[in-house]
Amino acid sequence: MTGTPGSDGHIAVVGASLAGLRAAEQLRAAGHTGPITVFGAEPYAPYNRPPLSKEVLAGPGDHDAERLHAQVAFRMRSSVADVTFRLGAAVAAADLARGRLTLADGREAGFDGLVAATGLRPRRLPLPGPQAGRHALRTLDDCLALRAALGPGTRVVVAGAGFVGCEVAATALRLGCQVTVVEPAAEPMLAVLGPELGRAVRRHHEAAGVRFVTGRLTAAVHGRDRVRAVELDDGTTLEADVLIEAVGSVPNTEWLAGNGLDLSDGVLCDNALRAGERLVAAGDVARFPNPLFDDRPRRVEHWSIPGDTAKRAAATLTALLAGRAPDPAPFAPVPSFWSDQLDLRLQSFGSPALAEEARLEEGDPARLGEGVLATYHREGRHVGTVAVNLPPARQRELRAAFTRPLLTLTRNP
Amino acid sequence: MKVIVDMAKCQDHGQCAIAAPEVFEMNEEGRLVYDGEPGEERRLEVEEAADVCPVQAILIKD
Repeated sequence: MTGTPGSDGHIAVVGASLAGLRAAEQLRAAGHTGPITVFGAEPYAPYNRPPLSKEVLAGPGDHDAERLHAQVAFRMRSSVADVTFRLGAAVAAADLARGRLTLADGREAGFDGLVAATGLRPRRLPLPGPQAGRHALRTLDDCLALRAALGPGTRVVVAGAGFVGCEVAATALRLGCQVTVVEPAAEPMLAVLGPELGRAVRRHHEAAGVRFVTGRLTAAVHGRDRVRAVELDDGTTLEADVLIEAVGSVPNTEWLAGNGLDLSDGVLCDNALRAGERLVAAGDVARFPNPLFDDRPRRVEHWSIPGDTAKRAAATLTALLAGRAPDPAPFAPVPSFWSDQLDLRLQSFGSPALAEEARLEEGDPARLGEGVLATYHREGRHVGTVAVNLPPARQRELRAAFTRPLLTLTRNP
Repeated sequence: MKVIVDMAKCQDHGQCAIAAPEVFEMNEEGRLVYDGEPGEERRLEVEEAADVCPVQAILIKD
């Protein structure tokens, strides 16, 4: 950033996961020289969440939180050595006009610029009944609690057949559990994969031993002091020792209430991630328009998004604090994520969930392990791609389908 | 600059080869091959590659 003046002043980053860490690193890269404080609700330094539904959940023996954290902790750039991490310090409220944060323990902290990177928490089923035996999976502590509950013969009901639900089901199966997945839609991961690929992935799981009950909701949880059974909306009862609730997420925005922001689904931002005079947002909690697709602001819960949004949000905030206008170039990140389930690796580029139509391009859905490629379309435009077990060397080409329109955007905004 | 990939961690996601194609490449067998001592002019893209590695297997030594 040679030639562009940086900013000083104190920046508070609220949220110490991937987006918060990357925001701190990118603030330094963008030329911010003032102090940075990162507040994290969890007691752990920033760590990578995807392994929590897979390797960490499946790993044998070790239940020591610190050793497990060390396996998934992010390495930090040397540029953030002078950043203060306040962990186990949840932020309860922010006053943007006064530049004050109130922590959950009542203490206050000031800021000149603010990054909202508080992410999501799991949505829970609104069902009464016993709590013991009910789990959600988002944090390392959630993972540790679930891990301790799973073993050979454990009867597991997974509510929700999205990506997290399907990954956890596959891992629980590997641990020797009897696994039933309950999903209101007709197929798992239907909104992203579409019916044909969703059906194929379901059959692949079923062949391995996971049972699916689709088109059904969980209606009640039975048991006196802990979960004994889960009742579905057609009256069917599934005996269960463990209920895993994988029914989506809720953005953590309550702490920003009272500042006149649009918090209806995450933090509403412009295309440069600006949400207020000195507020930017990054990660799962940021709702922003992506000109790759259209001008409608959306939150994107893909692993690539915290890194991309943090970079742009940091540049925007640094410019705002230095009294400069943010970079007007369109921000059009290519969303991508992967999901490992059994022997399958699903890789997604773009936004398949926006599509009206799925097209099978390569391979046989009955033999997913050998490689399948599907593309997703809306109003005649290619908006997403899903590859199953394709060679990694193909990924550049698959992603490039979405970076080409970006060049067009940059030239003709 | 020295680049070290923890091959015990690497799961051949190939994201590094998208971020820094001059330094990382997925070969025909789908395995990673990489330049362990790229020039300093590649620093930004190598940092990007380390950031986007889903299993955080890439270490940059200055």
